Amino acid sequence: MRGHAILRVVSKLLIPYVLLFALYVQFHGDYGPGGGFQAGVIFAAAFILYGLIYGLSALRRAAPQRAVELISAVGVLIFAGTGIAAMLSGGEFLNYGAFSQDYTAQGQHLGIIIIELGVGVTVAAVMVLIYSTFAGRGRS
Amino acid sequence: MSEFLGLYPYWVVIFLMMTGFYIVISRGNLIKKVIGLNIFQSSVFLLYISIGKVSGATAPITAEGFEVYGNPLPSVLILTAIVVGVATTSVALALVVRIREAYNTIEEDEIKDEIRTQGAGP
Amino acid sequence: MIEHNLPALQVVIPLVAAPLCVVIRNARAVYGMTFVVAWLTFACAVALFIRVADSGDIVYAMGGWVAPWGIEYRVDQLSGFVLVLVAGMGAVVATWAPRGLAAEVAPSKRHLFWALYLLCLSGLLGIAITGDLFNVFVFLEISALSSYGLIALGGRRKALPAAFRYLIMGTIGATFILIGIGLMYMMTGTLNMADMATRLPVDGHRTVLVAFAFLTVGISLKAALFPLHAWLPDAYAYAPSTVSALLAATATKVSVYILLRFFLSVFGADFAFGGMGVGQILMVLAVVGMFVASAAAIFQGNLKRMLAYSSVAQIGYMVLGISLASTAGLTGGIVHLFNHGLIKGGMFMATGCILLRAGSVERDELAGIGKTMPWTMMAWTLGGLGLIGVPGTAGFVSKWYLLQAALEQGHVWLAVLLLLSSLLAVAYVWRVVEQAYFKKPAGIGVGAREAPLSMLLPTLVVIGLTLFFGFWTDFPAGAAGAAAESLLGGALMGGTS
Repeated sequence: MRGHAILRVVSKLLIPYVLLFALYVQFHGDYGPGGGFQAGVIFAAAFILYGLIYGLSALRRAAPQRAVELISAVGVLIFAGTGIAAMLSGGEFLNYGAFSQDYTAQGQHLGIIIIELGVGVTVAAVMVLIYSTFAGRGRS
Repeated sequence: MSEFLGLYPYWVVIFLMMTGFYIVISRGNLIKKVIGLNIFQSSVFLLYISIGKVSGATAPITAEGFEVYGNPLPSVLILTAIVVGVATTSVALALVVRIREAYNTIEEDEIKDEIRTQGAGP
Repeated sequence: MIEHNLPALQVVIPLVAAPLCVVIRNARAVYGMTFVVAWLTFACAVALFIRVADSGDIVYAMGGWVAPWGIEYRVDQLSGFVLVLVAGMGAVVATWAPRGLAAEVAPSKRHLFWALYLLCLSGLLGIAITGDLFNVFVFLEISALSSYGLIALGGRRKALPAAFRYLIMGTIGATFILIGIGLMYMMTGTLNMADMATRLPVDGHRTVLVAFAFLTVGISLKAALFPLHAWLPDAYAYAPSTVSALLAATATKVSVYILLRFFLSVFGADFAFGGMGVGQILMVLAVVGMFVASAAAIFQGNLKRMLAYSSVAQIGYMVLGISLASTAGLTGGIVHLFNHGLIKGGMFMATGCILLRAGSVERDELAGIGKTMPWTMMAWTLGGLGLIGVPGTAGFVSKWYLLQAALEQGHVWLAVLLLLSSLLAVAYVWRVVEQAYFKKPAGIGVGAREAPLSMLLPTLVVIGLTLFFGFWTDFPAGAAGAAAESLLGGALMGGTS
């Protein structure tokens, strides 16, 4: 895509806002429409756009394959860890109410934010991983 | 006639379902099979979404001035199923890539021929 | 705390360990963790089974949301029984696996292999433990997706089209199940199995019938019931031995469990077997499957493929038991589910040993292997006797129950067919035994050494268990009988209101 100046400039301008929008969808998810799934996909879309325009090697520099693989697993661990933490605090698996002694709703609020973070991290990482694995097949 | 029109989401679902299913069965090209599978799954997504629709209702987000809300559960369920669908598609495509590397073709009958002629190999 | 959360831990332990495998990466450390986790999971299953036997069904509300709003995990006699089988075989196969795996999966992929293994295991366990219909679908796909990956990881060229075909068929089956679940949700407004059972008999409403049809076909595809078995033989034959052993012992069995669950716990025996003739259709398919697949097994040159065809035939026995819809029939079906899991798991393990040492599982190349690998072949042969149903083996117990059930309902022809189909099993087991013991060692049979102890011991333990359960029938048959009674009893209560 070396010759496509417009694409390169426009995507460079857009990518920060796409990432920002993903974060908005992520952290506004407990008040309105949104959440980890959608945010993760939007976040990954920014990376995939970057990879499409600037090439795979640039994407791999920005998001090393090994690191993305690790992050995808860590996201699941955040999710499951929250569930286990709820068990350790005396509730059932994923019963966030157990996080707060006084107000169940407070614990639930905290729980859902962490859970959605785990979901978002995993979805974003897996999406980038799928793209870069497919794109890189047969080159290395 | 009115009954037919009133049930139109289901006709759309059935049409898509049969289209996708037919592609999966009839096409020998593995990529086309994957596409057919996706259409087939999409029809089920539509089926679920249409289950959640309540006539005259708004999206299930509490807001001033609305009394009737749609059923959010089917949409939530189908969000999960869509994610499963994405996973299935990427696994399928990954397999197609590896089949292409191993057999140098993605046509089902050519793969079968190759297996038959090469025979015994592990 | 642990005791209260046991149903969740059953699924969560392997589920958490899977991403940890990806984080750890070091093949040796990953295997060490898998080993511990697999046996911990088995301990959970046994603890749950004992608790259910002592104090009745365990109900666990995920996230503290009580059913029917939340997802409920429910362990009853039947699911406890299936959990013990799945977790037990998962642990034994994981113990057996490392030596064989070293030859079959590239070192750089091994941590991913174990991650998928644990995911598959947690999916299978999840299906058995959940009381929520949609959750069944999710766990079904978790186990299925990871098994497609596992089959393809072996690196055999033929494994790839096999995995792809399994993926297509498996996804169609799962989507059919999804359609069925959607239609049932539409009619009842609930996804909880127990809750749905109380609301379901919506007087022969067409939508319920359509849902029932979709579910039956979808589950039959997943269970590889004849004639929907086409994906199974290749997938099991070309997968790495570890995967063949795990899937053959558990995957189709869990699908049969879903069939039982839907037919008897959700729809109820009256609806499922009354009026529509589903029982008769299943019975015919089961019997035809028994004969066709057994006959096909006789002509397979590849041992793993032969065992895979035999699995299709044995699924026929299980479904036959279910289709009889009586306590004896169900007991036979459920006992066979358990016994066949053990027998087929053990035989695939023995076959894996042969593949490792002899480098081939083509029957004609294995002349005299019984003399060079005596213990492995002994295990294989004893497993084969179990498949036939020789008295003294576990296979006999389950066939005895099926025979009884057939005679009880006056189906003498069915009893005769059952015995005849066992003769076919004699034929395919004999062809291997003849080659192994009554031919002079030739070809690769000469050079093969006895399998390493780390593989031989688990194989012998599993095969030994099949003999043990042939004599001591309290556990499998007793537990299956209790499960069958509670299934039929529960359905009668829910079904006639």
